[in-house]
Amino acid sequence: MPQLVSIAGLSVAFSGVPVLRGVDLTLEKGEALGLVGESGSGKSVTWLGALGLLPRHAQVSGSVRLEGREILGASAAELDRVRGGRIAMIFQDPASALNPVLTIRKQLCEALALHRDLQGNAVKAEARRLLDLVGIPDAARRLEAYPHEFSGGQVQRIMIAMALAGNPDLLIADEPTTALDATIQAQILELLSTVRRELGMAMVLISHDLGVVAENCDRVAVMYAGRIVEQAPSNQLFADPVHPYAQGLIGALPPLDGPRRRLVAIPGTVPDPAHMPSGCAFAPRCTLAAEPCGLAAPSLAPIAADRSVACIRAEASRRALLGVAAE
Amino acid sequence: MGRYFAIRIGRAALTIVLVVTFAFVVLRLSGDPALMILGPEAPPEVLAAFRKAWGLDDPIWFQYLDYFGAIAKGELGRSMRDGRPAIELVLERIPATLALTLPAFFFKVALGVPAGIYAALHRGSAIDRAVMMTAVAGFTVPSFVLALLLVLVFAVQLGWLPSGGQDSWRHAILPIATLSLGGAAVLARFTRSAMLEVLGQPYIRTASAKGVPWRRVVTSHALPNAAIPTVTILGFMVGTLIAGAVVVESVFAWPGVGRLLVVAVANRDLAVVQCILLLVAMTMVTSNLIVDFLYGFLDPRLRSKGAHA
Amino acid sequence: MSPPLVEVSAISRSYAMRSGMFGRSTAVHAVDGVSLTIAKGETLGLVGESGSGKSTTGRIVLGLEPPDKGEVRFQGKPMAAAGTAAWRAQRARMQMIFQDPLGALDRRLPVATQIREPLDIHGLGTPAEREDRVRELLRAVELTPAHGARYPGALSGGQRQRIVLARALATKPDFLVCDEPVSALDVSIQAQVVNLLAGLQAQLGLTLLFISHDLRVVRQISNVVAVMYLGRIVEIGSADDLFARPEHPYTQALVSASPAPGRRSAGRIVLSGDPPNPAARPSGCAFHPRCPRAIARCASEVPALAAVGGNRQVACHLVAGAATRDAA
Repeated sequence: MPQLVSIAGLSVAFSGVPVLRGVDLTLEKGEALGLVGESGSGKSVTWLGALGLLPRHAQVSGSVRLEGREILGASAAELDRVRGGRIAMIFQDPASALNPVLTIRKQLCEALALHRDLQGNAVKAEARRLLDLVGIPDAARRLEAYPHEFSGGQVQRIMIAMALAGNPDLLIADEPTTALDATIQAQILELLSTVRRELGMAMVLISHDLGVVAENCDRVAVMYAGRIVEQAPSNQLFADPVHPYAQGLIGALPPLDGPRRRLVAIPGTVPDPAHMPSGCAFAPRCTLAAEPCGLAAPSLAPIAADRSVACIRAEASRRALLGVAAE
Repeated sequence: MGRYFAIRIGRAALTIVLVVTFAFVVLRLSGDPALMILGPEAPPEVLAAFRKAWGLDDPIWFQYLDYFGAIAKGELGRSMRDGRPAIELVLERIPATLALTLPAFFFKVALGVPAGIYAALHRGSAIDRAVMMTAVAGFTVPSFVLALLLVLVFAVQLGWLPSGGQDSWRHAILPIATLSLGGAAVLARFTRSAMLEVLGQPYIRTASAKGVPWRRVVTSHALPNAAIPTVTILGFMVGTLIAGAVVVESVFAWPGVGRLLVVAVANRDLAVVQCILLLVAMTMVTSNLIVDFLYGFLDPRLRSKGAHA
Repeated sequence: MSPPLVEVSAISRSYAMRSGMFGRSTAVHAVDGVSLTIAKGETLGLVGESGSGKSTTGRIVLGLEPPDKGEVRFQGKPMAAAGTAAWRAQRARMQMIFQDPLGALDRRLPVATQIREPLDIHGLGTPAEREDRVRELLRAVELTPAHGARYPGALSGGQRQRIVLARALATKPDFLVCDEPVSALDVSIQAQVVNLLAGLQAQLGLTLLFISHDLRVVRQISNVVAVMYLGRIVEIGSADDLFARPEHPYTQALVSASPAPGRRSAGRIVLSGDPPNPAARPSGCAFHPRCPRAIARCASEVPALAAVGGNRQVACHLVAGAATRDAA
């Protein structure tokens, strides 16, 4: 399959402090990729940086290609065509993601006018259709309402409608359900998977919730301290995580069924970006860390056809998981 | 929405009632008017006659209602200096004051708002720092210092403009400049911080993420939101149109309301002082009302929530 | 089972919510007839979405708010009136931990001082003994005296929550109400705090009321779990059993909505509609407008919580056992 987006060596620094330290990622057409990691791991910054949405004091370097065309550092006009038109994005906090002083119609029609060749009444008709599509009842009347007149779940539906307005090839959903209640989260995730299936759109689902990512994505990339540490098909990653951090994340998740066990917590805390340990950033918290781990940061290396991991102790880690005595 | 406005109007009316009540109480506290006007040597029967004539021996609440009635009819007493109704004296000074404050208001907005927006959009740039430094200087330097400075440079040193009086439009330039610069500085700083706050909001990122060109993000997404806090300070400036030029009018010998106030205070001309203070209170209340209406117009959240604020 | 430490009987709490300065005020039933018992040394988990009344229940149980109706008994005795000496003595036996540790701590004081504060307030021990106790508490939450010298701003989220926990434990309470204590923490840190809490509970014989929207965390730490919806308990039962075989349609939807690695979303129950608004409570069973199985009776009649076998109780007309009992 042809590559839709390929990111290479993407790095971001805020006032000289690196927060993203060389991310390589590719995405195929129609694919659903999950990006998991804890706060500060760089999962949101990756896409905000790729789309030029970070504040000006952020230094972004590397390469982001959309169907082979470099968009990092592209002209403002070209980026504006990509954003919303080719790659749309929705965010975590529905309450503040929409402009409070503009009606839903204004905000939705703005996106339509920018990316679609529609005139006059056709714009409004399309706006109504989109609201219907995302399950906002009484669309014609609700178009004239303001964001505060909707519940959090409804605002997230409107955000999705707005993202779909430009017929994008890729939707970046940045923690789309984190601020929502469990039953509403289920609604939004179902809506996302329905529209994705119907429109053949690729999706990047950014979440700290392993379960959300596992259920909704074909492939998962785990991020830690500004790097991807493991990439694998969802089912394989959760059945057989290789990177000690990925193992730790899964072990830390309390099970919903089966016997209860003491949670396997990862000791320590995420390193401060301004004081990164040398070598592998996870080494200070890693139970398998050996002396070479502190020397150089491991690069993401393939361990199977569709899997890669950034760990020099990958073999030991795998054996530890399988219960075989290490070494 | 109707209720939002009804409540604001009710609140404004209440404020005016309170101001009038306050004026009444202060006037009564300041001593027996009969003694004050006729003097302590006046014979008791004259004082009694005076009190009876002016209703001063009526019950206090009766006097209070009376006072209200008089104010509602615009009867605010007579100037002790020339015996003319105080309200007439004040009203005839208003055009002169507005001749300074209205152009100054225009310049404050025309200079301050764009400077603030520009500084916010180019945060940290040389221009931003220049605007901020000017702004800080603008409102730390008191207006009389600025006025004297301008006089020193443009009237005394260069001799381009007159230093005082009201004979031609050229006489208005320095007072207007003094008023404008300070206000523009305040407005620039306020607009800048309102704009910075808005630019950091998630909905600005949403707009960019959907491909809205930056110029349009600023004009149609950021400005309407930044306008909401900025309107507060604009409303305050409208409120000072009548009495905001006391210092400047004095420095430039400009015969406006402010100068009248200074003279009236110096002469203990109570009726005139009271009249000006009530007028100022009314303009303040009115401008607050306008600000509230503008809020309702600019912020749909307030309209539907109505009286929550 | 040991005798209950905390007995909550039919507590209700409503707030007047005004729709404006001159608007009519409507009563919002935040908690409506909730009864619970928590055995000594056990953990009761309280789950529900926003507006379910779980936090209000926690506050009432702790005596931070009075119930409009009903009663809370602690160690067999009714809660003393707030502000009295008896109340203060009782309050030292029970403590609360909130979601946001930074909000619960004073940024201008070293955290050790804040851990010592309850000891100072209740006048426990000599100053030297208090210092020892603070060191002991820091050790108990797996921190060092060096951490104690820091200010809240210099600690991570997980460390701050440990400090809050240490402070709550200072007066050696019997009972701890934890309101979303790990919800703001990252998964790996969340596991640290959950393990710590479970360990301390076993070691000190603490009784816990653990409030959370996160089913996984609740199951991990609770013996018994109660599910709340719009101010009422809709289902209650032993933790393992309840999540393995939920009976109430709402519990079933909640369990099904909890994403699990290694399971695809096929067969998930997705509820329609928005989360319920406590100010506009539906008639009959409050859940009926969103319930996939609702029948006519659900709209008119409030189902009572009734035993369905084992230690499970369900408030639903459609659940066998509950329905018959209710009809009887």
